[in-house]
Amino acid sequence: MDPFSAASPDVSDQPRPDFPEAKQRRTDTDRWWESFPWWMFLVGSLVVVLLALVVFNEDYRAAWSAIFPGIYFTISATFSAFAIATVLGLLAGMGQLSQNVVFKNLARAYIEIIRGIPMIVLIFVVALVVVPDISKALGVPNSVPTFWRAVIALALIYGAYIAEIFRGGIQSVPIGQVEAGRSLGLSKRSTTWSIVLPQAMRSILPPLGNDFIAILKDTSLLSVLGVLELTRNARQFNASTFKIKAGFYTMCFVYLVLVLALSAFMRWFEAKMSPEREGER
Amino acid sequence: MKIVEVRGLTKTFNETIHAVRGVDLSVAQGEVVVIVGPSGCGKSTILRCINLLETPTAGDVWINGVNLVDDETDLDLVRAEVGMVFQQFNLFPHLTVLRNVTLAQMKVRGRTQEKAESVALAQLERVGIPDKANAYPRQLSGGQQQRVAIARALAMDPKVMLFDEPTSALDPEMIKEVLDVMRDLAADGMTMIVVTHEMGFARAAASRVGFVDEGKIVEIGTPAEVFDNPQQERTQLFLNQVLHH
Ligand SMILES: Nc1ncnc2c1ncn2[C@@H]1O[C@H](COP(=O)(O)OP(=O)(O)OP(=O)(O)O)[C@@H](O)[C@H]1O
Ligand SMILES: [Mg+2]
Repeated sequence: MDPFSAASPDVSDQPRPDFPEAKQRRTDTDRWWESFPWWMFLVGSLVVVLLALVVFNEDYRAAWSAIFPGIYFTISATFSAFAIATVLGLLAGMGQLSQNVVFKNLARAYIEIIRGIPMIVLIFVVALVVVPDISKALGVPNSVPTFWRAVIALALIYGAYIAEIFRGGIQSVPIGQVEAGRSLGLSKRSTTWSIVLPQAMRSILPPLGNDFIAILKDTSLLSVLGVLELTRNARQFNASTFKIKAGFYTMCFVYLVLVLALSAFMRWFEAKMSPEREGER
Repeated sequence: MKIVEVRGLTKTFNETIHAVRGVDLSVAQGEVVVIVGPSGCGKSTILRCINLLETPTAGDVWINGVNLVDDETDLDLVRAEVGMVFQQFNLFPHLTVLRNVTLAQMKVRGRTQEKAESVALAQLERVGIPDKANAYPRQLSGGQQQRVAIARALAMDPKVMLFDEPTSALDPEMIKEVLDVMRDLAADGMTMIVVTHEMGFARAAASRVGFVDEGKIVEIGTPAEVFDNPQQERTQLFLNQVLHH
């Protein structure tokens, strides 16, 4: 007999075999040190140690003042690329599910091409060849600023990954929801915006948040374009001072704090976005 | 003029599955037509063709004189006239009960929020759960959810209500509360087409009962005619199976 079934009410009036239940049903709270989030403690300690170094150690302080200005580029590139990638991802994700042959195939081709080429290669190609060529073809007189070339490269790449997130999220909404909406006379568009997407957001938000963080981290790849973001700054600092340890650790510190802050924000945002889960059991 | 007029309705899936094979049906104002038949015989497909959730392979469907199969027809507007209640309720889980009932009123009927809410509360009252307006669907029992789904459809002032096995997903003790609401609706003169296995409801509330087998209406008549004196052998076999088990 399964010892756990003894707790169900329908057998409670039968004589129970004498199981040492109390011991078996010991829960996590009994051994707090097993469930305590030690990882937070470890991560927190690392952050504190690095912070102390940056504040009190001269080399680290020098590294900090050389690297930190790159945060403006890193953060603005992250937000811009994420915003564009989300729009692209929404379009390509819905495009894939569209009945329209043209949209469907364009979306699929875009996703396959991007996913078939390494990220660093795409950054070179898009920022240094595709964007200049297109802007020339469109007759734009001045060349596109490096910031935007870098952002477009990252956005195009992540748009393809985010498209798959949207597609999966939209497909996770049961077809009955669409049928209920349409049978009430709602248009396709209203059904998508008021019924499907809000529900799809449940499964879209967590991986979308992951990609937001991934974009933040991957802005470091943009250093190959020579833009002055955090990584580029750190490498320049290392090259001119030879204080490699201070340079690299300070860079890690800045990224780590940024990523931790962003993931805390995403968790808060996810919780805020699903009020219907309040009564969840 | 009939509220629903179906002529030569045919639906073939993937060119091989003949779900509906030439159905004619006309439903007058205030009639309650109950459709019965064995599993897979095409009952759901017939209903889903009546509001064009499925596009018929052939045939015509008129709602209140408007041909749905005509390309010129604004389907969204006609669908608003046809309420549909599903086996699985299909409430919108991310919206409160009240928003479930007001959403389409505002977007399709163009009602103000105030007007839509007063209609919603009146319909929730009618189905017996006015106090659940601010709950989310997951906080309700199956029977309550199905009654909200009925209220949601009624709030659009439909000309006809379609029910596809509205009690099949419910626990026995909740079936009655939903059937009672449907019986009240029928008594109020609502035009209804109901697919169900609840023969008691069919006998009590139906104007006509249609027996469907292999995509065709094999026999249709008053409950007394079909239940007590079925003309077709297939109807007799089916009724023997469902009534004596
Ligand atoms: N979307 C679809 N694609 C392919 N075949 C389908 C589809 N929908 C229904 N069918 C088939 O059409 C036939 C009729 O199905 P339908 O759902 O209308 O039957 P039903 O009478 O409602 O059955 P049940 O009592 O089980 O609900 C079945 O053989 C079913 O497998
Ligand atoms: Mg069915």
